[in-house]
Amino acid sequence: MTATVPVATERRVLARALGVTKMYGKGEAQVAALRGVNVDFAAGEFTAIMGPSGSGKSTLMHTLAGLDTVTDGEVFIGDTRVSDMSDKELTVLRRTRIGFIFQQFNLLPTLTAEENILLPLSIAGRKPSKDWFDRVIDTVGLAQRLDHRPDQLSGGQQQRVACARALVSQPEIIFADEPTGNLDSVSGTEVLEFLKNSVRTLGQTIVMVTHDPRAASYADRVIFLADGRIVGDLNEPTADAVIDTMRSLDDRARVA
Amino acid sequence: MLKFTLKSLLSRKLRLVLSGLAVLLAVMFVSGSMVIKDTLNRSIDAQFAGAHDDIDLHVALKPRVKSAASDDVSVVPPLDRATVDRVARVSGVAGASGLVRAEGARVIGKDGKVVPGTGGPRYGESWRERSELTTLRSGHEPRTDAEVAINAGLAEKAGLKVGDRVGVLTNEPKRTFVVVGVFGFSDDRDSIGGEQTVAFTEPVAQRLMLGRTGGYSGVRATLAPGASVADVQSSLARELGPRYDVLTGKQLAEKESDESRGILDMMGTLLLGFAGVSVFVGIFLIVNTFSIIIAQRMRELALLRALGASRKQMIGSVLVESFVVGLVSSALGLAAGIGVGAVGADMLASSTDGLQVAALGVPAGAVVVSFAVGILVTMLAALFPAVRASKVAPIAVIRAGATQQGRHRKQTWAGAVLLGLGVLLLGLGLFGADGASMVIVGVLLAFIGVSLLTPLISKPSVEVLGALFARGAPGALGRRNSARNPRRTAITASAMMIGVALVTAISTVAASAEDSVTQDINRDLKADLVALGDAGSAASATIDPAALARVAEVPGVRSVAAATLDTAKSGKGSQPVAAWQDWTKAREVLGLRTADGTIETLAPRTVLMNESTAKSRDAEVGDRITLQFQRGEARTYRVAGVFADSTLSNGVVVPWTDAEAGFRSKQPSQAYFQLADGADESKARARIDALLKDSPEVTVKTRGEVIEMFSGAFATMLAVVQGLLGVAMLIAVLGIVNTLALSILERTREMGMLRAIGLSRGQTVRMIMTESVVISLFGALLGLVVGSVLGLAVARAMEDQGISRLALPWGQLLAYLIGAVVVGVIASLAPARRGARLNVLAAISHG
Repeated sequence: MTATVPVATERRVLARALGVTKMYGKGEAQVAALRGVNVDFAAGEFTAIMGPSGSGKSTLMHTLAGLDTVTDGEVFIGDTRVSDMSDKELTVLRRTRIGFIFQQFNLLPTLTAEENILLPLSIAGRKPSKDWFDRVIDTVGLAQRLDHRPDQLSGGQQQRVACARALVSQPEIIFADEPTGNLDSVSGTEVLEFLKNSVRTLGQTIVMVTHDPRAASYADRVIFLADGRIVGDLNEPTADAVIDTMRSLDDRARVA
Repeated sequence: MLKFTLKSLLSRKLRLVLSGLAVLLAVMFVSGSMVIKDTLNRSIDAQFAGAHDDIDLHVALKPRVKSAASDDVSVVPPLDRATVDRVARVSGVAGASGLVRAEGARVIGKDGKVVPGTGGPRYGESWRERSELTTLRSGHEPRTDAEVAINAGLAEKAGLKVGDRVGVLTNEPKRTFVVVGVFGFSDDRDSIGGEQTVAFTEPVAQRLMLGRTGGYSGVRATLAPGASVADVQSSLARELGPRYDVLTGKQLAEKESDESRGILDMMGTLLLGFAGVSVFVGIFLIVNTFSIIIAQRMRELALLRALGASRKQMIGSVLVESFVVGLVSSALGLAAGIGVGAVGADMLASSTDGLQVAALGVPAGAVVVSFAVGILVTMLAALFPAVRASKVAPIAVIRAGATQQGRHRKQTWAGAVLLGLGVLLLGLGLFGADGASMVIVGVLLAFIGVSLLTPLISKPSVEVLGALFARGAPGALGRRNSARNPRRTAITASAMMIGVALVTAISTVAASAEDSVTQDINRDLKADLVALGDAGSAASATIDPAALARVAEVPGVRSVAAATLDTAKSGKGSQPVAAWQDWTKAREVLGLRTADGTIETLAPRTVLMNESTAKSRDAEVGDRITLQFQRGEARTYRVAGVFADSTLSNGVVVPWTDAEAGFRSKQPSQAYFQLADGADESKARARIDALLKDSPEVTVKTRGEVIEMFSGAFATMLAVVQGLLGVAMLIAVLGIVNTLALSILERTREMGMLRAIGLSRGQTVRMIMTESVVISLFGALLGLVVGSVLGLAVARAMEDQGISRLALPWGQLLAYLIGAVVVGVIASLAPARRGARLNVLAAISHG
């Protein structure tokens, strides 16, 4: 079956994968992680990528973010072709146009929350805009804890610091890799609410990889991956709709 | 468990290489030193083997003063015809003949300078009927008093051949001879142990070498057929009494080989000392490496414990790992050491002409010591972190995942106690009765103490130091990283500290000594020109007294003061002695000041001494003191006066006539010239130079040149020490590389994140470089402080030896700091490269 090309028509496309194929290994042992994926991500939208483990959802995100190369096909951030960029160009791209949120928070233990948040800017040698910084801090709700070090913060707080770090450089797009994977449900909800808010109120574009249907239900749109192909695309999803889709994918896999 | 350990060990090659390299270097230095020493020893033994096989028994008087310094020569007292006859009458002796053979015949080369030594003595001897052991290669034996034969080694070195005229310095001023023969030794040897020999006719040899017509340096006895060497040897010893040495030809060769070994032995010991330093520094590195490795393996080890491994098993696992690392590195280190030893022995031997390097051999001791040092040091270094690690509750580690380092009070206390103990021992060793070993132990303890205390100050100091480099985000990150684990930073820096401290201490002592000398000469020396031997042979140079008398006649020369120096025996110890041809002039030229008694004149049977000598001898004005000179019987003197210490004159000053009779040489070894007011210095100097051209062992120097000569000697000494300590530095650099590499491994995920959020490769390199430079600088600063304090203490303790002023070598200190920055940069290259090349994606998902 060939997946239909999901296109967000009315809004500007911020990230695009065109026939992206990703192979790992060589010869007999070669495994395809992505098999000709075509997908667009629109500006100002919160998209979740879902799929069972091994479906290629993380690989898709990594190639989009310029963290991994593609075997075939093209990746664009805005109008810029990301595939074939040099390490230097990729570094600048990540520094200026992309934000990241990781499952493991990945804060620097030697820095305070504030320093962690400002890290991408200081690496780029840029000064934060005071207004924007305050607004981000406000949104994340960390004003009281800015001079704490990571080990003095709870998991949820650490992940909110990581979110603020991704937001502060005003990237065009933020990639979040299982951002709630290491959090309990209360903290997870906090973070998801916050991500949703930053799309609503700050106009941020976010692409999030998750395997949790409840987390996916916070997104504006959910893309389903299986076996390296896009197998579903859901707008304005509810948790139930996501679960149903996943179940149908499982059934199909079983039949196949 | 064992299988698991070995698997885990092999699976991490980097870890293995890093922890092994330090052991390898240390073992290499130790075994290399031992191989050098052994090879040279065997080379020298081979040189002397059979050198005196033609001698059945050799009889000589024991020297009256056993010389302490290696460049000093003990004078063998001459014996007379009657002794030869006495030897001949002993039963079992078929014949006895007197020999003349004494050190001190220096040949003047074609450039007008004394032919440089070739590592062995310079004999002047009487030509004797040559046995099969020596053969004339060309010409004939000396037949008239104006003829000499020389050995082939000397002929080659000096470029002399039969028919050439040659000047020879002996106990008498220069005499010119004609070379009529060149001889060699058995087995085609040109020289025995680098010796130079001039053979005269017997009367000439007696006069020039022994100062006594009809005298002999020894008796050669031939055995009657069937007599046993041992029997005759003991009856000779009985007959002649304890003042005589009776040696077989073999023993004589051994004795000569031992004497010529002196300087090489000293070098060997020096090398071993520095090898010890590198082992010591290596221990820090190994401890640190194992600490980090174990910290990183905490989770793995804790998992094992949770699965039921006992504490003992866990420690055992680490010990097995360290044993394997120690074993492999020792083997490699030994192999490298043998290579280094072979090259080193070759280089040292080539500085000694005519020394054939023996075949490379590996002494059993080197093998044993290499493995013992390598394995024990490694296991010991691994034991501490292993025990510490085993004390952590396993589940805490698994849950936390991190390795939290708490405060280490015990360690701080231990550090303080060790430092205190070290300083105490150092103080006792330096200022109390002689205690070189106390000083060494004290310094070692102090080093360990300081490094245990270092974590306390490492965080704040590193923060401050880092602020200097914290340009931009990478700098700031690097600075934070270096302050991150104070213990780790401290141990890494400590390795650096030790090398820098030792170099700094020695530089400080040298600077203080140099400053004192400069100051003293500027203040005290009233002479305008000085005729002096070079630094190494200042005491043994000679000046023709007749030429000096003519210098006094040169217009513009106001006065001449000449001195001769020697070593005498006093009680059990040796005592430097000096004598001046004209004491009144000497006192004026040296600017001596009275401290006690009267120093205006030097009456017969009295002596004067400087304050330090008086203090160390516990002598006061009016006391009696007995001196045994190289020649003649012991004499007793009354101390008439004590003068203030001065660099230019130390020890006991005795009347000139006694020096002429008793000192090794009757000729002055140095002379001071005062010029008349308004005299042209360069003109006078040219005249003096011309008059002294037959005394090539001394050169006429201005006051500035004298100062330069002393400074030059210090600079040479310092360069040697710096070179040898360079190896310790190399190990310290390796320590920084280790720490960085392992830290980066530990922070892989963090680096992946930084790269993901936009840190460029260049910035990554800068971050790691900053960390490295900060650690290196911190170690160097610590070393500078510790070393300066140590150096000043040692210099202060050497006040009696003429170090009257304390000085810090600021220029060198600055150079060491700059060197530390360079070292930091170099150490960071490999880890930084690795860090910059990390695959971002793999790094982020790194466990």
